[in-house]
Amino acid sequence: MAEVVLEKVMKKFGDFVAVKGIDLKVDDGAFTVLVGPSGCGKTTTLRMIAGLEEVTSGEVKIGEKVVNRVPPKDRDIAMVFQNYALYPHMDVYNNMAFGLKLRKIPKKEIEERVHAAASLLGIEGKLKSKPRELSGGQRQRVAVGRAIVRNPKVFLFDEPLSNLDAKLRVQMRTELEQLHHKLQTTTVYVTHDQVEAMTLGSKIAVMRDGVIHQYASPQETYDHPSNQFVAGFIGSPAMNFLPARATLSNGNLILTGEGFTITLPSNGRIDTVPEQVVLGIRPEDLTGPVSEGENLLQVKVKVTEPLGNELLVYADCGGEQVVANLDPHQHVEIDSTIKLSPNLNTLHLFDKESEATLL
Amino acid sequence: MTAKLTWARVLLYATLIVVAAIYLMPIYMTVITALKDPADINLDTAWQLPSHLNWGSFSQAYAKLGPNIVNSIILAVTATLLSSLLGSLNGYVFSKWSFRGNDLVFTLLLFGMFIPYQIILIPLFQTLRAMHLYGGLPGLILAHVVYGLPITTLIFRNFYAQIPSSLTESAQIDGAGFFKLYLRVIFPLSIPGFVVTFIWQFTQIWNEFLWGITLTKYNANPITVGLAQLAGGQAVSWNLPMAGSIIAAIPVLIIYILMGRYFIRGLLAGSVKG
Repeated sequence: MAEVVLEKVMKKFGDFVAVKGIDLKVDDGAFTVLVGPSGCGKTTTLRMIAGLEEVTSGEVKIGEKVVNRVPPKDRDIAMVFQNYALYPHMDVYNNMAFGLKLRKIPKKEIEERVHAAASLLGIEGKLKSKPRELSGGQRQRVAVGRAIVRNPKVFLFDEPLSNLDAKLRVQMRTELEQLHHKLQTTTVYVTHDQVEAMTLGSKIAVMRDGVIHQYASPQETYDHPSNQFVAGFIGSPAMNFLPARATLSNGNLILTGEGFTITLPSNGRIDTVPEQVVLGIRPEDLTGPVSEGENLLQVKVKVTEPLGNELLVYADCGGEQVVANLDPHQHVEIDSTIKLSPNLNTLHLFDKESEATLL
Repeated sequence: MTAKLTWARVLLYATLIVVAAIYLMPIYMTVITALKDPADINLDTAWQLPSHLNWGSFSQAYAKLGPNIVNSIILAVTATLLSSLLGSLNGYVFSKWSFRGNDLVFTLLLFGMFIPYQIILIPLFQTLRAMHLYGGLPGLILAHVVYGLPITTLIFRNFYAQIPSSLTESAQIDGAGFFKLYLRVIFPLSIPGFVVTFIWQFTQIWNEFLWGITLTKYNANPITVGLAQLAGGQAVSWNLPMAGSIIAAIPVLIIYILMGRYFIRGLLAGSVKG
């Protein structure tokens, strides 16, 4: 058990800076997810923790020890790869036992540990099989099993579920969650899937262009995104963004754009505001259609997606696409113009220029 | 499924049969001549079947070529094994342990493939003499091992490039160092690569003549040199070189038959993908 700390860690590939001096502290026993679009530096960061990639500058610490110069095998970590990386010529037992054999652990103990891990993962019946005889989900379990028999200080996962079909992915996600609950091993998990990030992580680090934009609990990133990028990345369907002009008058914040005028009592929460802002409204914070009232969005319906438990309405608001997650027990006509009411308590406001959160 | 007999198909098969016949003609000539008595061999009846079968040509040829065959087997087997093994290690380094100047070294190594080997004959001769390796099999083996490295390295590097890096990285994290990783993970996955280099190197080395005749003394002459001596001289009993050629072709054929089967079966094909 150990914490993982990155201090001003930077990684250059030639002239390209993949990771731009990030700080990250993963507490002992925590499950941290690095999430972001492809090319954001999340996998590079993970590989630097593993020691598969050299750190250009900065420090990587595992359990208070700087490991920049320590080879992967001596970092006491285990990693699960996206393509499982099982040894094709070894059966499941030997795949799991390989790391223990190399570490000269007594045969009897290896046997015990492999069987314990196999029963934990429900692959005891497959110990004699070769990887090619297994299904995707079983291979994934073997890869996880290979990591847990080692009983390492830190687990590293590199998009382990992205090769599985949707149903299996959800199942394995739950199993990984249970596994972490049982073992309480410090875990760093990389994914591009924000749902995976939200469900698995005790804390998530949202990355883009080699920078961590926000490092907080899933709920915190959802409720209080640090900027427009995080706001748009976390949550599904994604947050709606509407360009608006902001003015302060009599303690009220007035936002005007095409199809809406919204007056917010600022209550001193905000005393200066740039003129050009972006209004952020989550689809689930829109209700309607409503016929009368103030602070409404007027939109033209383009597409509706009734999903049974919710009704997604894709509409046009002054040239911007708006998605609303509405009560499914109603009918919304395509091409009709309707009014939607945003929840004023959960509105987000961003500086158009810097994308920073204003509210 | 039976293919329809069309004119195009008839023409195709007719062409194929003619071409195959032309291709097989020298083999026919070799076999029938090998089976004739020396007295029966003359230009007028060269294409006719032997009046009776003279199997003795083979034992006679073998008696003369025996030592050369032994030399060639030692030469081809040792040089093939060494150059394949070294090529495999090289390929492993170039594909999985990139170092500074990696590409440059690899490119320079590949240049070796494009050097016509006749050009290096004299320097090679002088080098081997300076190393006191001229005249015997060890010198010829060394020459073939070194000359084979570019192609075996290339074959293995490309073969190992298909093995995902995550596999070697996973083994590294599991605790395998440079040699353990090679022995326990890379080598067991290398059989298809070895089959290719075995077939290639064995055939090349077995059939090589020029180095064989210039770099070895009589006792160490390989089979190709022995065959040439059989066909040299003034009055040649043509049945002997013909029978000798057939004997000389057998090891290469065996290699193809044995290894080709492994190759087609694709012993490990697909397993790398897991």
